[in-house]
This record gives sequence, C-alpha cells and structure tokens, in this order.
Amino acid sequence: MEAAREQSFNHPGCTVHVIETEKYKTNTVIIKLKAPLERETITMRALLPHVLQAGTENAPSATAFRSALDDLYGATFFADSAKKGDGHVLTFTIEVANETFLHGESDLFDQALSVMSDVLFRPFLKEGVFPEKTVMQEKRSLQQRIRSIYDDKTRYASMKLVEEMYKDDPYALSAGGILEDVEPITSAALYDYYRKTLAGDTIDIFVIGDVKAAEAAAKIEAHFPFEKRTAFFQKKSASTQVTDVRVIHETQQINQGKLTIGCRTSVTYADPQFAALQVFNGVFGGFAHSKLFMNVREKESLAYYAASRLDSHKGFLMMLAGIDQKNYDKTVKIMNEQLDDMKEGRITDLEMDQTKALLKNQLKESSDTARGMVELLYHNIAAGVDRPIETLIEEIDAVTKEETAAAAKTVVVDTVYFLSGKEERE
Amino acid sequence: MNNTVFEQMKETVYHEQLENGLNVYILPKAGFNKTYVTFTTNYGSIDNDFIPEGESDFLHVPDGIAHFLEHKMFEKEDGDVFQKFSSQGASANAFTSFTRTAYLFSATSNIKENTETLLDFVQAPYFTEQTVEKEKGIIGQEIRMYDDNPDWRVYFGLIENLYKNHPVKIDIAGTVESIAHITKDHLYTCYETFYHPNNMSLFIVGPVDPNEMMEFVRRNQASKTFPAPTPIKRRFPDEPAEAAETHRSLRMTVNTSKCEVGLKMPVSDKKGTEKLKEELAAGLLLEILFGKSAEFYEKSYNAGLIDDTFGFDYTAERGFSFAIVGGDTNEPDKLSQRIKEQLLEAKEGQHMAEDSFQRARKKKIGSLLRSFNSPEFIANQFTRYQFNGLNLFETVPLLEAMTMDDVVRFARTMIQEEGFSSCFVLPKESA
Repeated sequence: MEAAREQSFNHPGCTVHVIETEKYKTNTVIIKLKAPLERETITMRALLPHVLQAGTENAPSATAFRSALDDLYGATFFADSAKKGDGHVLTFTIEVANETFLHGESDLFDQALSVMSDVLFRPFLKEGVFPEKTVMQEKRSLQQRIRSIYDDKTRYASMKLVEEMYKDDPYALSAGGILEDVEPITSAALYDYYRKTLAGDTIDIFVIGDVKAAEAAAKIEAHFPFEKRTAFFQKKSASTQVTDVRVIHETQQINQGKLTIGCRTSVTYADPQFAALQVFNGVFGGFAHSKLFMNVREKESLAYYAASRLDSHKGFLMMLAGIDQKNYDKTVKIMNEQLDDMKEGRITDLEMDQTKALLKNQLKESSDTARGMVELLYHNIAAGVDRPIETLIEEIDAVTKEETAAAAKTVVVDTVYFLSGKEERE
Repeated sequence: MNNTVFEQMKETVYHEQLENGLNVYILPKAGFNKTYVTFTTNYGSIDNDFIPEGESDFLHVPDGIAHFLEHKMFEKEDGDVFQKFSSQGASANAFTSFTRTAYLFSATSNIKENTETLLDFVQAPYFTEQTVEKEKGIIGQEIRMYDDNPDWRVYFGLIENLYKNHPVKIDIAGTVESIAHITKDHLYTCYETFYHPNNMSLFIVGPVDPNEMMEFVRRNQASKTFPAPTPIKRRFPDEPAEAAETHRSLRMTVNTSKCEVGLKMPVSDKKGTEKLKEELAAGLLLEILFGKSAEFYEKSYNAGLIDDTFGFDYTAERGFSFAIVGGDTNEPDKLSQRIKEQLLEAKEGQHMAEDSFQRARKKKIGSLLRSFNSPEFIANQFTRYQFNGLNLFETVPLLEAMTMDDVVRFARTMIQEEGFSSCFVLPKESA
C-alpha cells in the first residue's frame, strides 16, 4: 500500500515532518501545538486561534485576512482545538492549490507559509496586546459556540456523559472551552498566554504535498522560528475504580431519546493490547456488521444508529443509540448482553474476519488524505510510541478471539446518561 | 470505450454506455489506496408521481418511498449485504437526495468482488411484507433523529415555505405517518420503473486499470437480462413563481436562534454549458455578497449579528432552484431583513466590484482543485452533473472564462422579490 513515508527534521523548537507526494492537487501545512489539559488554560486556548485569525500585521482585520486567503486561490485556513488523552491540542491547517494546475501562477506554497507564519508570529496588536474590540467579538462568538452544543442533542448527551464520568479529571473539560470562563478573559491575559504557548507548547509541523523534504523543512525553519524548549511531562491521570454503575436521566422537550453509556478501559493507544482493543471495538460497535448494530437495530428495530466509539488515548469507550424512551430498559439490556458476550468470547470467525478487514481498510483509506495521514502520525507522536501503520496492520491481523475477549474484560461500564423527552417511561 | 483527457486537471475519464443502457465511467487515480464506486439511479424523493413500468395511468406513491426503497435494497433472502461488504473489506453506504439514489462502497482490496456485489445487490430486489414492516421502526427513529435536529428543521421548514406544490417540499425520509402506508408492492413498482440500467450510472474512481474494470462490468451486465428500456413518464404539479409562505418560526429546545432566508428562483430552460454557467454564476454571486471576505460578513460579524455558522448554499436540480443564506443569530428578524436587502441591492447592480469578482472566482477555482483530491466528490458530483446533462470537468475552464457580466445578469434575472421567504428556529420559552 501507499503509506505515509515521512521524513522528520528536529528543529530547536519543533519537529518538522514532511511527506512528499504528487497525488494531490493541493499542498497542505498542519501545525499542532500541545499543552496539558487544564481548567486554567483551556478556555484561552479555545479562544486564541480565533483571535489570531482576526488580523495580522500584513492583513490587519479578519476581512483583510480572508481576502488574502481568497487571493491565494481560496487557500483554506482553519484552526481547531481537541483533547488528546490528557493533552490539549491546537491545530492550524492551511491548504493551498498546487500551481501546476493553474495558468500563470507561481510560489503559492511560499505565500501560504507567509500567511500562516503571520498568524502565529505577527498578529495585529494595539498597545502591545490583541485589540480590545477583536477579543470582545471573538469572546462573544465563543460563548455562542459553547451555548450551541446544547442545540445538538446527541453531542450534548455525550458531553454531559463525559462531564459526569470524569468529575475530578481534566478530561471532563470540553476542548471548546468553558462558558463561565470566557467573560473574565482580558486582552492582556490572552496575549500573555499566547506568548507562553509559543514558548512552551510541544510543536509538530507537517508538510504534505508536491515538495522536496529538505527544502520544505528549511522553509519551515525560516518561517516558524520557534525557540528551544523542553518537552513538558505529561502525567497520566490515575485510572478510577468503578464501583456502581451510575444512571442519570435528563428530560427536555425533544422527540427521540439519546442513550449514551460510558465505559472505562485500562488499555490505551500506547499499550501492546491496543490492537486487540481496536478489534474488540470493531466487533462490538464500530461497523454495520457489529453486535450493537445487528442486535439493537437490525434484529429489534429499536434504533437508526447503535454504535460504540473509542477514545484510545484516554481509555474511554461510549455506546450510543437514538431510541424511543419507552424502549430504554430493553435497549440497555441488549447492549449489556452484547458486552457480556464479548467478555465470554462469544465471537464468530466471521465477526473477527469482517472487523479486521474493515479496520485495515480504514487505516489504508486514512492515508489517502493529507489530514488523515497527519492524524495517523500524530497518534504515535501524542502517545510517545513508534508503531508505523504497517506494524499496526500486522498486529490487527494477529489478534485472536481470546485476546479480543481479554480486551473486552478490561471494559467496565461506568455511567449511563439518558436524555429523553418529557413523557413518562413505560 | 472512449476516453476524455482533461489536460489542466491531469485526469482522464473513460466512458462506455453498455448495451443495456448503463453508463459506466472510470477515473483512474494513481497513488491512492482507496477505490470508491457509486451506482446511482436518476430517481429521488421528488419522483412521486409517474406511470409505472408497463402501465398506462399515473400513480402517486407515499412520501419517503425512494429513501425507504434505498434502505430495503440492502436486505436479501440470505441476509444483509453489509455483511458481505464487510467480509470483503469494503465499507458500504447509500443516500437518497431530491433527484438521486446512490449505492456505494469504498475499499482498498477486492475491488472486483466488491463491484460485483454492488451491481448484483442493486439489481436483485427482494422485498417481503415482513421486512418492510421491520424497517418502519428503524426509519421511524431516523425521522425522529432529524426532528430533533434544528439545522435540518430550519432547512426543510424553509423549503416548505418556498414551494406550494412541488414535491421538493416533502422531507426526503417522509413522515412516520406516510411511511406507514408503504407496502412491498409499492417498492417493486418504484424499483421496476426507476432502476432500469438505462436510468443509472456506475462511477469508479481509484487505482484501477480502466480496461480491465470496464471488461469486468461489461461481463457482469451481459450476464443479466433486462427488458428493453421505455421512457420514464414523471409528472410534476404547476408551481407558482412566488414563495408559498413568506415566513414561519419553529420553537425548539435550543439556546441559539437560527435564521435562514430562502430565494426561490425561476425555473431555467438552459441546457449544457449555459446551464453550468448559470450554476457557477450563482455560486460566485453568493460568494461576492456573503463570503467571509465580503463587507456584509464583516459588518454583520462585528455587530454580533452572525457568527461563524453563517453560510450560503445554492441548489439547482431537475425543475427547481433556490438559494439559502443564514446561520445562528441573536436577532433573526434583523438578519433576515439584512440578507434580503443585500440580495435586492445586488439585483440593482450594487456590491458588484471587479476585485470581489476576481477574488470569488479564484476562491472557487481553488476549491474545485481541492475537491478533485476527493474520490467521493468526483464520483458524486460527476454523476449529478451527468444526470443534468453537464460535465464536471468543464467547470474550471468555464470559471476561468467567466466575467462580472455573467454574475450581474444572473442577479438581475434570478433575484425576484416574490421568491423570498424566511424560516427561524427559536428557543422554546420554557427552555
């Protein structure tokens, strides 16, 4: 297969990863900045990328900045923040047309690097800090973004589940920030935090496209002169022992009940049993042939979606389904039975083969997009392991039913969060 | 088999119309792992009034039937087709739109076997009363899921406002009530009318050998017999030019209000390149008026009227076209007024600066180039264009040749005050 053949370069303040490929019509640069997940900083980190895009020295307003991107044949620039286990990762992405496909254009890639460098190193300032007005506008937008999570009921239910399950753990925090922490942020405090981020975060830069690795790495070094830093120590939060399953039932005026069941596992991405846990999740609820889909949807017609999702950096697994609230007990029972079946090793050869085939397919398909490749590479970087995708594929192939059942046994149901309509349950 | 080379994009499309009428397209993508294949019929939610194959009178079928049929195609006497795709390492799916139903898979291995499974399962219907009944529970939950989704509700609420009679106003999945009336006989009737190979396209994109794949598809199709194709007779009600309702508000359990403004456009009789130019002009116009670098966006954002959910969309399919502009807002009345004003001013030629046009055009060209990285985009959009008599690969050269006048003319003829409507989702008072 065509895998991510990556070449790395260690610069004083960051690591540069270059993937040379001619298969795209665009070139992409992705910068990831990682810091510990903490209540004190999470909301500022969620706000910062938006303020940085609201103007640079060369394009001193959001409109000027967006116009500059449009002029670069609609280069796309976006930033987001996400949890990676107990880390908080800011990602800045710019994707620009490869001029080979355009008439009479040149150096679009260099111009894109300049734009991105402007965002990170030369923001538009007033009196030495971010302009008051910009910070106020972006705070208002952030508040609206956080409030609107409530409007997406499936997302809201999973967020509440995580908050309930990880009460004393920073993992409970939403990567998009905390509503009540937005208001107190001042321009000066945000600017101060921005300086700290540039100076202290662990930074990885990825270049994917029609480039020469050494040349691209040199350009990155020139455009992104991050200073030398020491890697921060990521302490792993202690795993909690589950005693009783907690059940929380919230009602709102909605049509369909959103059932989420949160589980913990001691196995994470860095562990040798990770491949077995992946196979477990695939047989259990990752696909349309999985136990949850077949039993909750196909056999009983209880739901349209019934699945499980795994955050492998945390060891958090969630089952979810959209159901009529009168079917709550029945659905929970079926889901628990499927988990028990997995623990008892009641797994067919067909389920193993299908799951392995689709897991491998997913990994190979991910390497077809620039962002997919970067995510695959970054899993390893974030977890501090060296497991090339070819190795992971071999490990998945080698997983036995016994190992899958053993992985299932590490999965413990912790909390049920059910959001439903107001009528009484039958 | 003919091939067309698109020099600028460095892509080649191979095409053949088989004896049974099926159009097969193959676009080889070197360097990719994934092959993506779609098998699409030119039949969607709006095709609910037609003369069934072999009959002479028009039949009106229950709302949501094209989507229901899509669900039921996957179930066979010997089980679920998803199982077979999974065993062959493929991830399968399907979707129904206003005018198309597409079945698809993506895989990095067993491409021929998976292509065969795709062709065979779509060409072998198996419906029983029992399996039809079972599906009503599943689709009922799908409908209820969308009922809780404010973005979907505001979108369909707006389309319902815009159209008085045209079936585009009907939710693609139908309602719990309407799907209750669906029977296996309905499904067979729709299937036999709309799933003839002559009404379908197969699109293959990925690291494949075009000659080998074409021969494989040719053999598969030659092994099956189909009746001679007959023209499909669909019927659509008359639709007035004005919006059916000028406004409606929905109350939901949300924190943030949503405001969408719709503009129903006159049905255009243009074909081919001229029609494509019209679609491109619509995209450029909306970008110039409402894009992130437009003055409208800056002013509205700075005033706290919009946030980054603000966006726009243009839809043009068989027999209808409309534009939608809006997003989350704290002041839906004010936002809807501003959007409408902006469009009406554009009709009079305002906001049309040459530099905004150039910028919008560059942005659109770049965004198309980026889209050509995506096998999903190529297969789905190429098929949509083909069903509408257009060619996806003409878009970049056409854009390069377009001028400001094309956009000004589009704004003048397509923006009509009677075509406006708005739809809001507002928080329930108790929420």
